[in-house]
Amino acid sequence: MSNMGTAETAATTAAAGSPEFLVEARGIVKKFGAFTANDHVDLAIRPGEIHALLGENGAGKSTLVKMLYGSLQPTAGRIFWKGEPVTVTDPARARDLGIGMVFQHFSLFEALTVTENIALALTGVKDMNALADRIATVSKDYGLPLEPRATVADLSVGERQRIEIVRCLLQEPKLLIMDEPTAVLTPQEADQLFLTLERLASEGCAVLYISHRLEEVKRLCHASTILRHGKVVARVDPSLETAASLARLMVGADVHAIRPKHARVAGPTRLYLDQLDLPANGPFAVALEKVSLEVRAGEVLAIAGVAGNGQSELFDALSGERRADRPGAVVIEGTPCGTLGVSERRALGAAFVPEERLGHGAVPAFRLSENVVLTRDTVFADAMRRLLGFLDFARADETATRVSTAYDVRKGKPDPEARSLSGGNLQKFVVGRELDRKPGVLVVNQPTWGVDAGAAALIRQALIDLAADGAGVLVISQDLDEIFEIADRIAVISRGALSPGYDAHVMTLEKVGLLMGGAHGGSEAIDGALKLREADGRAY
Amino acid sequence: MRIELEKRPERSKVMAWASPIIAVLATVVTGGLIFAAIGKPPLQALWIFFLEPFSSLWSIEELVVKATPLILIGVGLSVAYRANVWNIGAEGQFTIGALMGGMVPVFFNTWQSPLTLVLMLVLGILGGMIWALIPALLKIKAGANEILVSLMLVYVAQLLLDWLVRGPWRDPKGYNFPKTVGFEDWQVMPVFGGGRLNLGILLAIVAAIALSILMRRTMKGFEVRVLGEAPRAGRFAGFSSDRMTLFVFLLSGGLAGLAGIVEVASTVGQLQPNISPGYGFTAIIVAFLGRLDPIGVVVAALMLAVSYLGGEAAQVALGISDKAARVFQGVLLFWVLACDTLILYRLRIVRGAPAAEGV
Repeated sequence: MSNMGTAETAATTAAAGSPEFLVEARGIVKKFGAFTANDHVDLAIRPGEIHALLGENGAGKSTLVKMLYGSLQPTAGRIFWKGEPVTVTDPARARDLGIGMVFQHFSLFEALTVTENIALALTGVKDMNALADRIATVSKDYGLPLEPRATVADLSVGERQRIEIVRCLLQEPKLLIMDEPTAVLTPQEADQLFLTLERLASEGCAVLYISHRLEEVKRLCHASTILRHGKVVARVDPSLETAASLARLMVGADVHAIRPKHARVAGPTRLYLDQLDLPANGPFAVALEKVSLEVRAGEVLAIAGVAGNGQSELFDALSGERRADRPGAVVIEGTPCGTLGVSERRALGAAFVPEERLGHGAVPAFRLSENVVLTRDTVFADAMRRLLGFLDFARADETATRVSTAYDVRKGKPDPEARSLSGGNLQKFVVGRELDRKPGVLVVNQPTWGVDAGAAALIRQALIDLAADGAGVLVISQDLDEIFEIADRIAVISRGALSPGYDAHVMTLEKVGLLMGGAHGGSEAIDGALKLREADGRAY
Repeated sequence: MRIELEKRPERSKVMAWASPIIAVLATVVTGGLIFAAIGKPPLQALWIFFLEPFSSLWSIEELVVKATPLILIGVGLSVAYRANVWNIGAEGQFTIGALMGGMVPVFFNTWQSPLTLVLMLVLGILGGMIWALIPALLKIKAGANEILVSLMLVYVAQLLLDWLVRGPWRDPKGYNFPKTVGFEDWQVMPVFGGGRLNLGILLAIVAAIALSILMRRTMKGFEVRVLGEAPRAGRFAGFSSDRMTLFVFLLSGGLAGLAGIVEVASTVGQLQPNISPGYGFTAIIVAFLGRLDPIGVVVAALMLAVSYLGGEAAQVALGISDKAARVFQGVLLFWVLACDTLILYRLRIVRGAPAAEGV
């Protein structure tokens, strides 16, 4: 059938699998139409090894692991399991072999409970109560607490990911594939997860670990395979590399370093929240309690916190997708607007970037030029035009092109549908679309979630530049590296309550971690938080 | 060997056009098989069903007359379905439109002026809107499912009409037949030529063009598409899904009501228990076959009109039940929805074990 090209590759492919490896993929090719996602990729993992798979978004990592997991079939190439050639026809076959996978994009049924979702993945579950107990035990053991009877629709992104992890652990896999597992965990929870993974590895379970966080890869992984544009470009021992050298291998060039921050000059108040209360809108949703904050011109305020502690509720309250009960609760550029909607708040000079790119920040089936119009109804400001006004397509097109050029949005054709872009490129577009309006206030939720290193650096730089130009920037993020990189002040949200904002240079990872779990937990934690506040004395 | 559906990165433009054509061809083949199965000569039957309607000027005119209500209802429904609002009760809105508009000749039988017809049409639109307002408000205020409410209201409307024409609105000189007085002069739509072709088709074409422009070029059309595709993104853009529900129900209900009064003021000529061969339901198929695009709906309506005429012809020439038309419409809807899959996915035939290809 397909010609394997070089004699060398043909020789390795023809041989039987090597028994020293638990799983081995040889000469894997995957084509989607004319696009080659994987180009003769080789990957080998030993039992008990934590193996990192690195690469930018779109490098072909997800495609490769989906073939190992049986949800895609390779165009060419072979997979060996314990030295035997195997065909992984579907995920059920993969699970039979002993492969478990935690996907980056969760495959959960929102209408079902945690237990029901896990039961669907296991075969022969008879006693749901016993399973629920087991889930509670296992999840507690591994430091990933889960309420087995909660409905998935009411859970945050972070909690949903825990379900996926626990679901795999219940199957006692021999190979665990993890796609960006720590993106939504606190440092302490990530540490706990690393302990779990190390324990699994010492028990002989191999882990294929996909992450953009090079520091944790360096710390955790024994070996790594680096992909670029669908090809293997390097195999290195990450513990012998630096984060910068790994990043260089991934992107093929030096990652643009973020410009150091200038000294902050506190300008006039751009965004102000005064004792904002917002009731929970579902049995498992979080209520916001007396949230106060202030963002001044020229600064970046970052809000840290574990997923599901009220971040999405806070974003909705800021954007006006959910309204407060009194105007004074939210003040944008000096105008009380708590009871106004999102369009009115945009008219005041505010811009918003939600967490979900597809379906919230952009319409998947729409072209980029149409997606520009989504947050630009000021173009059609007067009432008559808004009723039936004609759209200015030429102008929308022009704006989409301008945003794409300014923020390096890479796309296959001039005006593609939003869903055809990779995560990083779409995020650059969604952020760029708002920055293009030159907002006085920018609120961003998870600016670089699931985005590759190059795109993340560009987005972070853009946020810092916006603040330097005099805007007030509020960033909600679970990525502490990101927060420390860009924030002037840091606050922590926990169970719907927001801590005061502390100057970034007096904050440490440990202090943030304390606040994440504290302020409402045991008295010890509260004392800790209070001491911290007294110690630096710079809280607002 | 197996067949795989492979997701396309973007929707296929070619397939968006080809899928309805494939669906129609598949329907013809399926129809031939059905005719063969019941012992009728398939080719002759298909000829009578699908091609004879085009064989004379009379039947082409009749085709346009049958397509008129389908276009009027179908364009309104196509906008509602684009907004992800499921108005299934167009048949009821059609009935109430006919009933409200018909009040003019029933109560002011001798009033003859161009305004008579204008008032009838306006009342027809209002009637459809009022009937559509009920499911819209129940959905907004109480979260009631609009599919069930609008569908159930169809039967309420039909029974209301039935009661009125048998009781209070019955023609006193009508020999006790369940019907109202006949509509005359300015109480009926002006006709072109000598046949039944009337002003209604012009109204339908104008409605289709107007809604096509609305959907393609205006902010309101953009709002409809955003809320239909991604409600969360719609809220983020500042659009209200409640107001959208109200808007598309009033629009599609009003057009269905207009279709109702146009129908009774032309081909029917009076109010009677049966005023529609299920136009309101057939228009759902029309909307989908027309790709939920107002101009596509015009083409689709003409195609579905063929199935009505063909059904009548087949009843006469072959002795097949008039329900055959319904069967064909159902088969067509099935194929349309099935072929739509090809817009976002492509078929791929995989031979043997894929891993073997590398050796």
